[in-house]
Amino acid sequence: MRPRRSAAFWALLAFTLAVCAFLVVPVAMSMLAGMTRNYFVGWRSGLTLDWVLKVWTDYRHTVGLSLQIAIACLACTLVLGVPAAYVLARRSNAFTRAVEELLVMPVAVPGLATALALIVTFGGWGDLRRSWLFILIGHVLFTLPFMVRSVLAVMASIDLRTLEEGARSLGAGFAQRFFGIVLPNCRPGIVAGSLMVVTLSLGEFNMTLLLHTPLTPTLPVGLADAYASLRIEVGSAYTLVFFVIVVPLLVALQRASRPRGRGAAR
Amino acid sequence: MDRHDRVALAALLLPAATVFVAFFLIPLARLFAIGGSGPRGWSAYAAVLVEPRYLWSLVSTVALATATTVATLAVSGVSGVFLVRHRFPGRDLLVAMLTLPLAFPGVVIGFMVIMLGGRQGAVPEITDALFGERWVFAYSMVGLFVGYLYFSIPRTILTVMAAAEKIDPRIEEAARSLGAGPLRRVRDVIVPALRPALFAAGAICFATAMGAFGTAFTLATKINVLPMVIYTEFTLQANVAMAAALSFVLGAITWAVLAAARSASGSTVAAAG
Repeated sequence: MRPRRSAAFWALLAFTLAVCAFLVVPVAMSMLAGMTRNYFVGWRSGLTLDWVLKVWTDYRHTVGLSLQIAIACLACTLVLGVPAAYVLARRSNAFTRAVEELLVMPVAVPGLATALALIVTFGGWGDLRRSWLFILIGHVLFTLPFMVRSVLAVMASIDLRTLEEGARSLGAGFAQRFFGIVLPNCRPGIVAGSLMVVTLSLGEFNMTLLLHTPLTPTLPVGLADAYASLRIEVGSAYTLVFFVIVVPLLVALQRASRPRGRGAAR
Repeated sequence: MDRHDRVALAALLLPAATVFVAFFLIPLARLFAIGGSGPRGWSAYAAVLVEPRYLWSLVSTVALATATTVATLAVSGVSGVFLVRHRFPGRDLLVAMLTLPLAFPGVVIGFMVIMLGGRQGAVPEITDALFGERWVFAYSMVGLFVGYLYFSIPRTILTVMAAAEKIDPRIEEAARSLGAGPLRRVRDVIVPALRPALFAAGAICFATAMGAFGTAFTLATKINVLPMVIYTEFTLQANVAMAAALSFVLGAITWAVLAAARSASGSTVAAAG
């Protein structure tokens, strides 16, 4: 790129910086508000960690439950999604394309509809309605397409057929090829998909608001509760706790999805 | 591919297919049946078009989703292309900051809007200092629009940047040497090259603005968008049949828009991130 700095460059830079401010200023404000003694007075009232501590004692269980669901959700999407992606990558016909299309539906259909469907179908099944597993079902449906697509994208960029043909001619069986050749080669896709699944599960609200019960409040449900009923410092401190958990995941996600093609250049 | 492989492939697809059918397709079919089992019968599905209250919320939801999509594409298109074309100190940091809110949940985005335009927000403070008037916009349709813009910009910028990197600079060079000004180059070279990416990203913006409801839930329960109406029907009115019918209509519209965008952009884009 030539270092030609025209007026248009500065105008566009200013515009982009304004967009950036739009996105980042509220994050910074809420982080500051969560540590301000009295937000109405402003930061002159002094900085404190009291709000964060209050949130931690009152809402710790929501953090624990959300992490538990996110990890269980990751395990489910790995077991269900990676093999499914492999099948879709190996066979390309009308049937697998239809399967691919169907698998994306839980993302296209609003979470409210999926949650309602689950409630009217399984709401009466013993204790399932009151269990955290009910939320898990919704999260798995919603995140599975992301795992499948992420793994599928990497599988499409490597020549699986040739690799497997080579292994097969050397006498490797199906399981040996799947675990020895396929999985190691799609590692970048599996890592990116996993980070995506955990991040989405931690933040899922559209379905969870209907699926949860007073016994199973997740982090976003607790956040909504705090925003609605508590003072702005508490809501901000709670958001701060959420950021501390999620932002490292997001940064890792950015890293994992940036350098492409490492799987291909083996 | 031998017979043994075929069996193994079918066995690998089976778990995902079973979960999907049992927990998604069957429940949705049941929801569809319930939508027609209320006091209105199957005409509940027509109520969204016939009854002014529902029709009005459908119209405002679609209008909001369209406005969000157009604004997001314009802002992200300009910034995304700019960031790909120019290298300057701090550029990587800027990109990282622009994509930070990726995957913030709707409730948190609602709170970010309150931080910007709520009663004690930044914008009312600034306008108070400048014009002596507090512009509080968070608890209305405008707040929801700002929230969806906030939600959609990061992922759209990423999509635009990925597509803009693939534009061959020689085409633009050729247009320039043939005498095309900057505006014509944008109109005739850049926008057509970005078309598939813009369709893909726009479809996601639209689908999100149609179906998401965490942001609306945080801002105000009075905002009259379809997801809020469904939630109210279900929880406050305990009208499961109407809620089912409305969410089915909402899902069908969203899905149709995604499918149309996919065929228009000519690739399987669906929900990328």
